[in-house]
Amino acid sequence: MSQTLFEKLLDMHLVERFKDGSALVLIDRVMLHERTGALALSALADADRAIANPANVFACMDHIVSTLPGRGDATSVPNGAAFVSAMRDTAADAGIRLFDINDPMQGISHLVSAEQAIALPGLTMVCPDSHTCTLGALGLLAWGIGTSDCEHALATETLRIRVPKSMRVWCDGQLGHGATAKDLILALIARHGANGGAGYHIEFAGPAIVGMSMAERFTLCNMAVEFSAFSGVVAPDETTIDYLRGRPLAPAADQFDAAARYWRTLVSDDDALFDSEILVDCDTLRPMVSWGTSPAQTLPLGERIKPASNDIGAQRALDYMGLNAGQSLDGLRVDGAYIGSCTNARLEDLRAAAALLRGKRIAAHVQARCVPGSTQTRLAAEAEGLDKVFTDAGFEWHESGCGLCFYAGGDGFAPGSRVISTTNRNFEGRQGPGVRTHLASPVTVAASALAGRIASAPAQLLDEVG
Amino acid sequence: MQPFTTHTGIAAPLLRDNVDTDSIIPSREMSRVSRRGLGRSLFAGWRYCEAGAYDPNPGFILNLPRYKNASILLAGSNFGCGSSREHAVWALADFGIRAVLAESFGAIFESNCWRNGLLPLKLDRATIQSIADASQDKPLTIDLEHSELRMAGVGQWGFTVPERLRRNLLAGADEIDQTLNYRESIDLAIQRRAAIMPWAQLTRRSP
Ligand code: SF4
Repeated sequence: MSQTLFEKLLDMHLVERFKDGSALVLIDRVMLHERTGALALSALADADRAIANPANVFACMDHIVSTLPGRGDATSVPNGAAFVSAMRDTAADAGIRLFDINDPMQGISHLVSAEQAIALPGLTMVCPDSHTCTLGALGLLAWGIGTSDCEHALATETLRIRVPKSMRVWCDGQLGHGATAKDLILALIARHGANGGAGYHIEFAGPAIVGMSMAERFTLCNMAVEFSAFSGVVAPDETTIDYLRGRPLAPAADQFDAAARYWRTLVSDDDALFDSEILVDCDTLRPMVSWGTSPAQTLPLGERIKPASNDIGAQRALDYMGLNAGQSLDGLRVDGAYIGSCTNARLEDLRAAAALLRGKRIAAHVQARCVPGSTQTRLAAEAEGLDKVFTDAGFEWHESGCGLCFYAGGDGFAPGSRVISTTNRNFEGRQGPGVRTHLASPVTVAASALAGRIASAPAQLLDEVG
Repeated sequence: MQPFTTHTGIAAPLLRDNVDTDSIIPSREMSRVSRRGLGRSLFAGWRYCEAGAYDPNPGFILNLPRYKNASILLAGSNFGCGSSREHAVWALADFGIRAVLAESFGAIFESNCWRNGLLPLKLDRATIQSIADASQDKPLTIDLEHSELRMAGVGQWGFTVPERLRRNLLAGADEIDQTLNYRESIDLAIQRRAAIMPWAQLTRRSP
């Protein structure tokens, strides 16, 4: 019988299927982070439960750590150092590999999982962070869970899930005209709502996906959760296999080709049936910027704000953002610009932004910060001289971590300030009390920082950037 | 886990769509390495006048005298979307909320609710609205044994929830113990994995 990729991945991991539509599935990898990792590990220890498979469990310092150059355990997050040391202690007690603050492999967990090849095609992986769906880009079943489910996964190597339905998002044509993977996922959410993927596992497929780099695929899958999907996936292909070859925890050289042969079978069969299909024409996409406090409240640059008729939160969002319906975002003065997060802080993102910033200065009133997504990314960027490009342009250049993607107290943008950001959530207060976040791609953020106003990157520059 | 059989309490209407977990508990409020004592932080961004200070914002629903002791929350669609933080559920529970009635829920939030004995009930908008309209002066009874809601003089409504979760919540059963009963099937799945994906099992060696 023909199957979708999701069904193949599920079948491979099935322990039991239950009549109520739920299933017990084997979990191959667990990633923890210092925000909640110590809570899960100490709850298990208190209950006298062992970790079933510690060799397949990892932890990262990313959410709370300071990103200031020369950092130590101290962080501006209230009581943050307690989370850092609790993570370190519980990870050591449990015997799991921790990517600590000064580890050259440290970074945002979803980037580390990819860079170290902890995440591999065909696996199941969970992490107590909703953007774990990012890793679906490598062709695995990866999703975010809460702390209790995390304890369950650690203690039993399984999780019970309600089996989602399958949706395929068919991405026709090719991205161009300054539209990036970020603009594609924002457009999808804007058109079909923040709830559009609820109850579904989503496979991204089509010509536009085939041509995408891994970095773009990660950006795309990262925001599947903002579409309310269980997770997203891209079928592994030669791009995936090339990306993984030689990475630290990828199958060893003598096993790699056999593994790759298996990965190539991880595709939806030609006649597989999806419960739902959505078509996106990538040829016509333009740069997108959010105007409200939900990622669905987003529009193409050049258009005017026109809330959907069923959007009952629109007025509240407009009030929070200090905007009116009918207004255009182009030319709106920004106080801050932020390049960072598990959505858009990979080397490719930094290169694209740097191509616009090179030899220029951002507007004097803009506070701009770049926080590379991982230490590996930061080191690679510095080796290319990108840090100089950013600092010469007036950006702050930081160590890696979640940084100002979310505000946990401590330093940040001033209340009421308007920030254009490469992150994934524009919720009220997400980047600080009263902060107004506009989501956009790295090139749009760079162009806006230069102009001091929301602006798309000049077309001829984009053609050079590619 | 605290069992849930029947509960009667005040239902507070917070009829907004897409209430995200950052709003249920802002990150800045999660400053202790603990899951306890988070009730004060519930909806902190809306409930208090200023971030970090705790002067009640008199207009917020849970500060109105009638709803101060609410133990049921009425919500719109996609309640609990966004971040996976289980603190959102811990904060609701610590405040004293036993059930949330919404049109739909963020998936991770919903499963966190079940794991913590907080009942997430999906109902249509009209039903939630009728309960909200009468919540000023009438308490609501949630009867999980009979899968029924009752409000004296207003009406009664049936609801459906996954049967296994319903039974677990009625009994306050521990999910990890239940899963470990499937040890044999788990071992079979591990053997299958070893045969097809031998590289899936890592060895305990630092990368
Ligand atoms: S970068 Fe932001 S969205 Fe990503 S894991 Fe960190 S806090 Fe979450």
